[in-house]
Amino acid sequence: MDYALIVALQIASGIATLVIISLGLAVVFGMMRVINLAHGEFLMLGGYSAILSYQAGINLWIAILLIAPAAVGAIGLIVERLLIRRLYGRMIDTMLATWGLSLALIGGVNMAVGNTVSGFPAPLGSFAIGAFRVASYDLFLIAAAAVLALLIWLVLRFTTAGLIARGTMQNSEMAAALGVSPDRVYAVTFAIGAALSGLAGGLLAPISGVVPTMGTAYIAKAFITVITGGAAMLTGTLAASGLLGAVLTIGTFLTTPVLGEVALLAVAVILLRLLPRGITGRFFRRAL
Amino acid sequence: MSDTAKTLVQIVLALAVAVAAAIGLPQVLELFALINATVFVSMALLALSLALVWGFGGILCFGQTAFFGLGGYAYAIAAINFGDTTGAVPLALAVPTAFAAALGYLMFYGRISDVYMGVITLTMTLILFKFANSTAGDQWIIGTAPLGGFNGIPSTPPFNMPFAPDQPLDPGQVFVVAIAALVSCYVIAKLLLRTRFGRVAVAIRENELRAELLGYDVRLHKLLLFSVGGLFAGLAGVLFANCVFVSPTMFSLFYAGQVIIWVLVGGLGTLVGPVIGCILVQWLTTIAGSLPHVDANLFLGLVLMVAVVLIPRGLLPTARSMLARLTGRAP
Repeated sequence: MDYALIVALQIASGIATLVIISLGLAVVFGMMRVINLAHGEFLMLGGYSAILSYQAGINLWIAILLIAPAAVGAIGLIVERLLIRRLYGRMIDTMLATWGLSLALIGGVNMAVGNTVSGFPAPLGSFAIGAFRVASYDLFLIAAAAVLALLIWLVLRFTTAGLIARGTMQNSEMAAALGVSPDRVYAVTFAIGAALSGLAGGLLAPISGVVPTMGTAYIAKAFITVITGGAAMLTGTLAASGLLGAVLTIGTFLTTPVLGEVALLAVAVILLRLLPRGITGRFFRRAL
Repeated sequence: MSDTAKTLVQIVLALAVAVAAAIGLPQVLELFALINATVFVSMALLALSLALVWGFGGILCFGQTAFFGLGGYAYAIAAINFGDTTGAVPLALAVPTAFAAALGYLMFYGRISDVYMGVITLTMTLILFKFANSTAGDQWIIGTAPLGGFNGIPSTPPFNMPFAPDQPLDPGQVFVVAIAALVSCYVIAKLLLRTRFGRVAVAIRENELRAELLGYDVRLHKLLLFSVGGLFAGLAGVLFANCVFVSPTMFSLFYAGQVIIWVLVGGLGTLVGPVIGCILVQWLTTIAGSLPHVDANLFLGLVLMVAVVLIPRGLLPTARSMLARLTGRAP
C-alpha cells in the first residue's frame, strides 16, 4: 500500500515536472508559432538567477519565485526586440536563430561561471510514508504545476489582456484595426513565456542542480510534450504531460532513467504517427 | 550552356579538385594536419548529406548526426568483432540507412509537418547521445566490443586493405579514401538530382501539395531521399571513426548544430556551398578554439544568428548573384 502510494506520488511529480518545463515553451509556440530552441537556456538562466541571488543572501523563495522569472522575462524582452522581431512569420529562421542564441548562451555562461554544477539544498525537508521518506519539495512542485496551469487558464479565459492576446494571435491585422498594437502583444507574450521558463529553471534548480549545458537535458522533453499536445496550448500540454510523464516515470521505475526517456520518445513518435496534429488535434478541440 | 553540360562541367571540376587535393595535400601537410584534414573531409561529407536532404528534398532534419554517429558506432563494433574492416564498412552503411528508412517511414507516412520533423530528428539524436553515454560498464558489450559509455571506443581500428586485416592503411591513404568518398557522394548526388526521381524530389520541395495532386507519391520520394542522406551521413561517420574514434559526442547537440550552420552559411539549395561552409566554419572554429577565454559554442552561436539575420541565403548563392550583377547578366 505504501509502495503504491510512493509510485503514484513519483508519477505525479514526473508529470508536474513536464508541465513546469513545458509551459513557457507552450505559451511561445502555442500563441506565437515561434519555435524557441533557446528555451532550455532560458531555464538554465532562471536556475542561475535563483542560485546567484540565493548565494547573495536573498531569501530562497524570493529567489526562486520572483527573481528567476523576472530576470529571464527581462532577457526575453531584449531577445524579442533584437532577434525574434526580425523573423516573425519565418518559422524555420526563428528556429535557427534561437538555436544560435542557445549555443551562444551556453558558451557565454560557460565562460562566465565555468562548467561546474552549482546547486542549493532542496528546502522543506521530507516526511515519511510507511518505511519510505518523501521530499516535501516534490509535493510543492506538484502544487506549483497545478497553480501555474490554473493561473494561465484564468488569465487567458477571463481577463481583457488574455482576450486581446488570443485575438491578436488569431488575426493580428484585425486586432490592429481595432486599436491593438500587435508588436506590443507579441513582445509581452514572448516575455511572459520567457518568464515562465525562468520560473521553471528556478523551481528545478534545487533538485537538479545547475550547469551551463542543463538546457539540453530539458529541451527535447519539453518540445515533444508541447508538440504531442497539439494546437490547444494549455489543454494539450497538460494532456501530453499526463501521458508522457506517466510513461517516463513508469519506464524509469522498470528499467533505467535513460530507457525511460527512450520510452517517452517512442510513445511520442508513435502517437504523432496516429494523431499527426497532436492530442488536441483530435480530442478537446475547443479547449484553450 | 544547357543543364546537362553544366552538370558535366561541375562534375569534372569536382573531380579535378579532388585529385589535386588527394595528390597535393599529403605532400605539403604534416601528419597531424593531414589527420585533421581527413576529419574536415568527413565533416564535409556530413554537410553534403544534409545539403541533399534539406536543400533539395526540403526535409528539415536537425538530427543528421544520428546517422553519422550510428555509422561510426556500427563500423567500430563490426570492425572489432570481425577483426577485418572489409565487411564492417557495408554493415556500417546499412545500419544508418535502415534507421533513416524506419524513422522516415514514421515521419513521412504520418505526414508530420516539417517543423515537427525538425524537432523529432533533433530529439532522436539527443536520445542516442544520452543512450550512448549510459553504456559504460560490463553489461554493455556487443560481441567483443565494449561500448564504453562517455569514453566511447578509443580502440576503433583504422581501415585495412580489403581482405587483408594485417595491412592497415596509413593516414595518407585514409585521406585519399576520404576524398574519394566525398567526391563520389557528390557525383552520385549530382546525378541523382538529374534523374526523374531527383526532379520530382525538387518539385516536392517547391510545392508539396501540387506535386501530390499531379500524382507523385510524395511520401515515397521523401523516404528514399532521406535514406540516401542517412547513407551519406553514415559514411561520413565511418570516415570520422577512422581518424578520431567513436564516442557519444558524435550524436551531440554541438555537432547537430554545426551541420545546420555549415549548410546555412554555405547556402541552402546547393551541394558545394555547404561543403565550403563546413570547411570555412571548421577553420574559423579551430582559430576561435585556440584563442584564450573564448568558448567555441559562443562563437558558433553568434555566427548562426548573424548568418540567419544578414545572409539568409548563404554564401554561395549570395556570391553568385553578386557575380552575376557585376558581369551584368541576369542571375
